[in-house]
Amino acid sequence: MKNKLKIFTNGLFKENPVLILLLGCCSVLAISVTVSGAIGMGLAMTFVLVCSNAVISLLRKVIPDKVRIPCFIVVIAAFVTLVQMVVEAYLPDLYESLGIFLALIVVNCIILGRAEMFASKNSLGDSVLDGLGMGIGYTLVIVAMAVVRELIGSGTLLGYRIIPEGYQIGILVQTPGGFLMFGIFMAVLIYVLGKHGKKFEPKIGCDGKCGACSENCRIRDVNETPAALKEQEVQS
Amino acid sequence: MTGAAKLLFITFTMVFTENYVLVQFLAICPFLGVSKKVDSSLGMSGAVIFVMTLASMVTWVIYKYVMIPLNITYLSTIIFILVIAALVQFVEIVLKKFIKPLYEALGVYLPLITTNCAVLAVTLLNISEEYTFLQSAVNGFSAGLGFGLALVLFSGVRMALKKAKPPKCFEGLPITLVAAALTSMTFMGFAGIAENLFK
Repeated sequence: MKNKLKIFTNGLFKENPVLILLLGCCSVLAISVTVSGAIGMGLAMTFVLVCSNAVISLLRKVIPDKVRIPCFIVVIAAFVTLVQMVVEAYLPDLYESLGIFLALIVVNCIILGRAEMFASKNSLGDSVLDGLGMGIGYTLVIVAMAVVRELIGSGTLLGYRIIPEGYQIGILVQTPGGFLMFGIFMAVLIYVLGKHGKKFEPKIGCDGKCGACSENCRIRDVNETPAALKEQEVQS
Repeated sequence: MTGAAKLLFITFTMVFTENYVLVQFLAICPFLGVSKKVDSSLGMSGAVIFVMTLASMVTWVIYKYVMIPLNITYLSTIIFILVIAALVQFVEIVLKKFIKPLYEALGVYLPLITTNCAVLAVTLLNISEEYTFLQSAVNGFSAGLGFGLALVLFSGVRMALKKAKPPKCFEGLPITLVAAALTSMTFMGFAGIAENLFK
């Protein structure tokens, strides 16, 4: 039981997908402009994560190893399409505010990363818990950022005015504000961890197969890509 | 807007006013990941421009001549991502076999592109903007160009950043993000230019 709890809380803090694994930053930066959008995005993400983790975990013995990435992508894309249709039908406002980023959940590295690192190796129950933990961890970060950005940037919270008009720092709800806020969040995290005598160590959230994701992805350093390594071997 | 002006308008907006990375928050991950050195960011941009242009053209044809007749346009996300994944593999094989120099320049970056969200985004936006074939191709090309511009600019900023000494908790990624914020602020200066330029 304790073990199960650990799998769940892992995604919340210790391996938070956004702040520690540094996965899927695009949607976090873009959607954290309003709290309502952030909550919607977080829920959509959690739903897709849990469902795709569950299905991939069930199919893990059926999917041949060589074509697993395309298979994962198809499973993920199917659930994303489902979410897209439901949101478009029942929550048109949310659909409008999420825009292209709802469809782009497909290529969000958190989901592919978890499929590859966790769901393809673990049982159904564990995979669902992992997906839930990771999804909620993502939601926490995106909502926290949205609260700060919406409050300071447009003076409202969930659409209700808190700070009187004319006292906002508008740049926070524009593009630069996203980068700036994420930078400050990271800095605060590093500062707090440093206070507790811990070091900030970003982890690699995937096997580097998806490659387009986190900053600390080793495969990114061109000299260490499989192709480059092979070439070096040939030369030597 | 007439044909040629529209194409110029698309190019200008995608490169400057609606830059995918610095204005629309697409492809942030490769933007942060590959921009450490100027030459690797040039290679990555080349690969992205190449794949985006090809993907725009291929998905447009598939959408128009396969998906609309079969009435399966709601499956566009699934089909496009598969097309992109297959296309990247195919391009890699073709380049390796027939155009060696290009493969050597872009090859290592190609596998990184499948999950680059900007590629999927550009194909989906081509459809929702109802671009023609030529417009889609130009859109893909200039979106890639905009990505390249942002990447190369930012790798220059990062080189300068190495000499700076930020507060301890800002070292590494946080200060890089702050620098990205400043770089994207410069692109805010382009807002509104395109509409007036191509009236």
